[in-house]
Amino acid sequence: MEVPILKQGRFLIATIQAALSDADLLQLRRALIDKVVHFRSNGVIVDVTALDVMDSFATRTLRDITNVIRLRGAETVIVGIQPEVAFAMVQLGLTMEGVATALDLEEGLAHLQQRAARST
Amino acid sequence: MLVLQDILVGIRSDVDIVLARQQGRAMAANIGFSATDATLIATAISELARNIVTYAQHGEVMMRSEETTHTKGIVIIARDSGPGIRSIHDVLRDGYSTSGGLGLGLPGVRRLMDEFVIESELRRGTTVTVKKWLK
Amino acid sequence: MSSKRSADQLQGTSAQSTELLQELVAHLRQNRTQLREEWANRIAEARLLTAMTKDELFAEATSVYDNYVEALATGTFEALQTYARNLSERIIPRGVETHEVVGIVLLLRDVLARSLFAKYQGDFTMLNRILDAYEPAANRIANTVAVGFVQERERVIRQQQEAIRELSTPVLQVRERLLILPIIGVIDAQRARQLTEQLLRGIRTNRAKVVVIDITGVAAMDATVANHLVQTVEASRLLGATVIVTGLSPEIAQTIVTIGVDLGKMNTVGDLQGGIEQAERLLGYKVVPVADTASS
Repeated sequence: MEVPILKQGRFLIATIQAALSDADLLQLRRALIDKVVHFRSNGVIVDVTALDVMDSFATRTLRDITNVIRLRGAETVIVGIQPEVAFAMVQLGLTMEGVATALDLEEGLAHLQQRAARST
Repeated sequence: MLVLQDILVGIRSDVDIVLARQQGRAMAANIGFSATDATLIATAISELARNIVTYAQHGEVMMRSEETTHTKGIVIIARDSGPGIRSIHDVLRDGYSTSGGLGLGLPGVRRLMDEFVIESELRRGTTVTVKKWLK
Repeated sequence: MSSKRSADQLQGTSAQSTELLQELVAHLRQNRTQLREEWANRIAEARLLTAMTKDELFAEATSVYDNYVEALATGTFEALQTYARNLSERIIPRGVETHEVVGIVLLLRDVLARSLFAKYQGDFTMLNRILDAYEPAANRIANTVAVGFVQERERVIRQQQEAIRELSTPVLQVRERLLILPIIGVIDAQRARQLTEQLLRGIRTNRAKVVVIDITGVAAMDATVANHLVQTVEASRLLGATVIVTGLSPEIAQTIVTIGVDLGKMNTVGDLQGGIEQAERLLGYKVVPVADTASS
């Protein structure tokens, strides 16, 4: 199932649904890169609120996305990791080092806006 | 003894990984695990199923509930007839986490569950059995 | 799977045994009213289930009797198990104890056995055969009900323990977006885990951006718990919160370093007060000494 990506000003917001397959994640990666280039976005928010399990592949891919988008000059924030999911992730040893995270969409946007303000 | 139905999920592609962990979560909830524990179990299943897809192309994940005199729990068996693991010792060493893309994430799975047994034979396949008990 | 095996055992390998059980069941159904009354009287005599009113007792006695006979009739115990759990769920909050539940089931077993003696007293051989069919089934039933009750009790106790643990470790919101988790006393892995879960939920509920975990009151920490602490810090970050650890004793700092964690990466401050001040700075609050404000 394709992940919906919305444009909000200079930012893009991708909202992930619960039953996310590997193929969906890879498709998201492609789509985000395309759109960041197309819209010359400053920042990307990936909302994983609906994700009930975050495994090694998801973590790797999100890190990947962050790095690739950074090359295009945009910042990525992962938002909405659920408490239980965060707990499972750290037990599994997945820390997402180098990836910015925020509590929810509101915080994620605040984070991106702060960064945008600082760089101007 | 009360035994819920066994569930067997054939693992062939990444879509099956999602199916296996959804079934696992549902069974965990049925057994009486908390939301947090159900997530741990679903995550462990996801990793085990993913290993099957990555290294063996196909296999199966079986899950069932089990009761002892003191408590109840879930048993998950991830089986494949793939290439097998050359050195189980290496694969269970904690340097092998999957966050860097190396290894099988098995030390992590072991941390998530209460019991962990792995059997593997080169060219024959691998079976990982994990259990988690209600506390 | 094993209950199916036992069912086979109960039905016996011979059709004769099945026939006997059927005869037995028919007898129990026919004499339902008086046997049930006799049983209820014996319960009252033995002063069991005093927590219940006469009407309640009668209603439960009827259900138990019917489920009992049903288990004998079908030779399967799933329905009885489910009933035992439901019954336990109802009566445990009323203060009914294990010995009472075991007591009433054994009384029923006896009442039914006596009625069999009475019926077949003229035919000793037949009595023996009927008892051969009855006894294992009756014992299995008593066991099922008792075990069901005990398991339910254990589940309730676990829940209560969990609730007590939660109450004894409050996560405090002292300012907007700032949580404090003071940890006092001995922590084992179980409690550490529970603290983490509570904290993460608290971060979400309170939308906290900074958390101060104060371990001044913790005497010692083994590697497992130190690991949990580190995991808590990491998990909090995934929820967008920064963690400041305060009150780290030299011993605990050593433990953390020993498990391979770079203390430099962890945000630590000497004491709770200092931790709160740093938290406020991170949140953009300006901390002004009282003397200054008084003079303005």
